[in-house]
Amino acid sequence: MLRVFWTILKRDLTLAMRRRTDVLTTLFFFVIVISLFPLGVGTEHKVLEILGPGVVWVAALLASMLALERLFAADYEDGTLEQMLLTAQPLSLLVLAKIAAHWILTGLPLVLIAPLVGMQYHLSDTAIGIMMLSLLLGTPVLSLVGAIGAALTLGLRGGGILLSLLILPLYIPVLVYGSGAVQVSSIAITDTQPYLALLGAFLLVAMVFAPVASAAALRISLE
Amino acid sequence: MALNWFKFASPASFYPIAGRLVPVFWALTIVLLAVGLYWGFFETVDQLGGNNPQKEYYRIIFIHVPAAWMSMWLYVVLVGWAAIGLVFNTRLSFMMANAVAPTGAIFTFLALWTGAFWGRPSWGTYWDWDPRLTSELALFFLYIGYIALHSAIDDTRRADRAAGLLAIVGLVMVPVIFWSINCPDPNQCAALHQRSNLMRIEGNILFSMLVMTFAFWMYSFATGFMRLRSIILTREADSTWVQEILNKENRA
Repeated sequence: MLRVFWTILKRDLTLAMRRRTDVLTTLFFFVIVISLFPLGVGTEHKVLEILGPGVVWVAALLASMLALERLFAADYEDGTLEQMLLTAQPLSLLVLAKIAAHWILTGLPLVLIAPLVGMQYHLSDTAIGIMMLSLLLGTPVLSLVGAIGAALTLGLRGGGILLSLLILPLYIPVLVYGSGAVQVSSIAITDTQPYLALLGAFLLVAMVFAPVASAAALRISLE
Repeated sequence: MALNWFKFASPASFYPIAGRLVPVFWALTIVLLAVGLYWGFFETVDQLGGNNPQKEYYRIIFIHVPAAWMSMWLYVVLVGWAAIGLVFNTRLSFMMANAVAPTGAIFTFLALWTGAFWGRPSWGTYWDWDPRLTSELALFFLYIGYIALHSAIDDTRRADRAAGLLAIVGLVMVPVIFWSINCPDPNQCAALHQRSNLMRIEGNILFSMLVMTFAFWMYSFATGFMRLRSIILTREADSTWVQEILNKENRA
């Protein structure tokens, strides 16, 4: 069973490495959105420090949502997805592997580039550390929950804009606690613990239920 | 007596029943609305509270709270029908879920709208990022998402099942909305809403509030069944029994 997981994960990563621009587009989208905000709201240190955590998190939400469309689309078009549905292995496991690959390609880069964008907003070192930690816990949740929406909107006209309507309301708790953790870290670092614990709880719950729900959604979409 | 639970699960047998129930629910709605509004306007006090009293405008509660309750309850109803449809593969359950969704969305909007007008005189603002307001707004988005996904998919069967699954996933938000008003520690969450406690509400106000809730509930039944009948007719347009009904109406 675990071998199937690794095979799919490796396959998706290899495929993505052949088309590196797809990965980089998400990353650059993230950086550009974040860089646009100071141009719009002014470059005052105080303002940026307050806005920083929220802006970074909203940009992460949008970036991971835009990348979701590609999660199943390529496999859907060339028929691989149908073959996956027919395999003897549990579909939710295959879906989990695809989501893991998707997160490594679109979520992890955002975590790694967070210090750079944090500096654009004059965030302190502790705030940047907490931001990386909260993104590390939060972005997998975005990929997991988003996969359900991606599976539901598979092959629909105007799928992208519809996907945002379905998925963004479900992202709200992650956004609240993710940016909340960073904001609280400026007061007392110990106060961030409940926020991070909740994010971890979201991650565990999403990891259990989201692959099953996405698998069910794929079966509905490919019926 | 063996009860056949699935007898009324067929659109053809439920269509006439829904038709007979619609006037009943409308009558109940009108009676309850009349009682609730009369009681709310003439049998309750003119102002609430001591030093800084809420004046006549507190009567918004008779619309606001029932609408908020119904918005949450109808979402649970929607999810319930969608789940039954996914489990038993019954077409009528999905039609029920579909018929409930617009009414639920309207009640959610009504709760937000009346809340804004109540918030202005009592809190000095139309909108604040109070947890309750925010989560009710999220519920509104969930309804819109359900309706949008359903209308984006042309194949009815897929639309029903996909939107139903989405509704079930969205159910995780309902407890959040429900408990957002009773935050365990008021110091931890900056909430403008006071904690709700039905036991502490004055009797006459509570009475008209509950009557209004039942009025809204009956209204949901009435509009839900009306919408259900249209959905049944649209979807079963090719079947013989629908053709017979249409022919009869044409002759009349």
